[in-house]
Amino acid sequence: MIKNALKKSIWVYHFGAASCNNCDIEILDTLTPKFDAERFGIKLVGSIRHADCMLVTGVINSKNLPRLREIYSQAPKPFYVIAIGTCSVALGIFKHSYNAAGPADRHIPVDVYVPGCPPKPEVMISGIVKLMEKIDATKKKGVREI
Amino acid sequence: MIIFEYFFYPGILFALVVSLAVSWIDRKVSALVQWRVGPPVMQPVYDLIKLMKKETLIPSGASPVVFLLAPAFSFAALGLVSLILFNSNLYASGFIGDILVVVYLLVVPVFSLIMAGASSANPLASLGASREMKTALSYELPFILALGVVIIKTGGALDIGEIISVQRLSGPVIYSLSGIIAFAVVILCFQAKMMQVPFDISEAEQEIMGGAIIEYSGPPLGFFVVSRWMLMALLPLLAVILFMGGIGSFTGVIKYIAVLVIAILIKNTNPRLRINQTLRLFWGPVTLAAAAGVLLALLGL
Repeated sequence: MIKNALKKSIWVYHFGAASCNNCDIEILDTLTPKFDAERFGIKLVGSIRHADCMLVTGVINSKNLPRLREIYSQAPKPFYVIAIGTCSVALGIFKHSYNAAGPADRHIPVDVYVPGCPPKPEVMISGIVKLMEKIDATKKKGVREI
Repeated sequence: MIIFEYFFYPGILFALVVSLAVSWIDRKVSALVQWRVGPPVMQPVYDLIKLMKKETLIPSGASPVVFLLAPAFSFAALGLVSLILFNSNLYASGFIGDILVVVYLLVVPVFSLIMAGASSANPLASLGASREMKTALSYELPFILALGVVIIKTGGALDIGEIISVQRLSGPVIYSLSGIIAFAVVILCFQAKMMQVPFDISEAEQEIMGGAIIEYSGPPLGFFVVSRWMLMALLPLLAVILFMGGIGSFTGVIKYIAVLVIAILIKNTNPRLRINQTLRLFWGPVTLAAAAGVLLALLGL
């Protein structure tokens, strides 16, 4: 029980980079009664200090990149990052934009990728299951692979 | 003996177990209200263990001693409240004036939240601390007036054991008109004391992101979360003791859970009030109702 505590209670902080809000709406859908993410102990928190996991949505540009780095550096460890949506996974349609600063994993370590424009709630739940598997694997090896 | 009672039964450890159960009831009832399944029974335990294993961060510019002592004060004071309440409830005895001690000890968590907010070097935290201060100012007066009703109805009893035994002999306080008014006032005040919707403007998650506890992480945050759960477990017990003669048998447990569920339902069916609306509500209608309750109690109703 002590070992599985982190896996069973993932508190989520939502970092919206320059998102078009579609991914944000789908994240809220995941928390609504139909999908009920609280069954798995997932809770949305307002402060990065309370969180175990950060959801990055939207394209990261030169304006919000310093904020992303600052917020990531304020997080208490152990800490995990999920990139949600094609923009933060691989820039999507903003690939050739003058302002885009690259996908999320160029700047902070990303643990799970959930592509889609926007990803469905089912895909996000499967992403969270992958994160749980990853937490298990980290515990066995003792080190975290990025 | 007293050390065993403070740390194990019926002090900190027992209160911790009860508060974990109460917290699960809270989340499950909220889930049922919203037509969800809700978290598993062990969810509060998982949350607590996880928080205890996480890293503690102290913001630069914060005062480390005050920052780390605030949650400990809150937790220790609530352990003492639990000791006094459960002991008086079990043996129907106490010491003279322990109801006043409980009233003072229940203010300690509020003060530790204010200390936490003031020492975190964060503008949102100090905003939360100032709102917490105003909320506490607003609900203390009607709470103490409603307590006056109970003390008048039980013939000037200033000790919890006597309040319980008088009610067991001559009927609960809530069976009178002034008792009903005072009970309604106390339920509202406890809602604000538990920092629950509609009076949770001091921590308004969507607006100031947790208020006074915004900078806390790891074990100190865990202590604050547990203090919140302990308040949620102890305040319905205090209401049952004051108005229904305590938990004596199985029906007492049902009364306790009923008061708890009333609080959860108020939380789930109301929007959050602004700080000026909170002040106006408590200093206007609620204080007037409590004063009317005191007058009725003096007239013997």
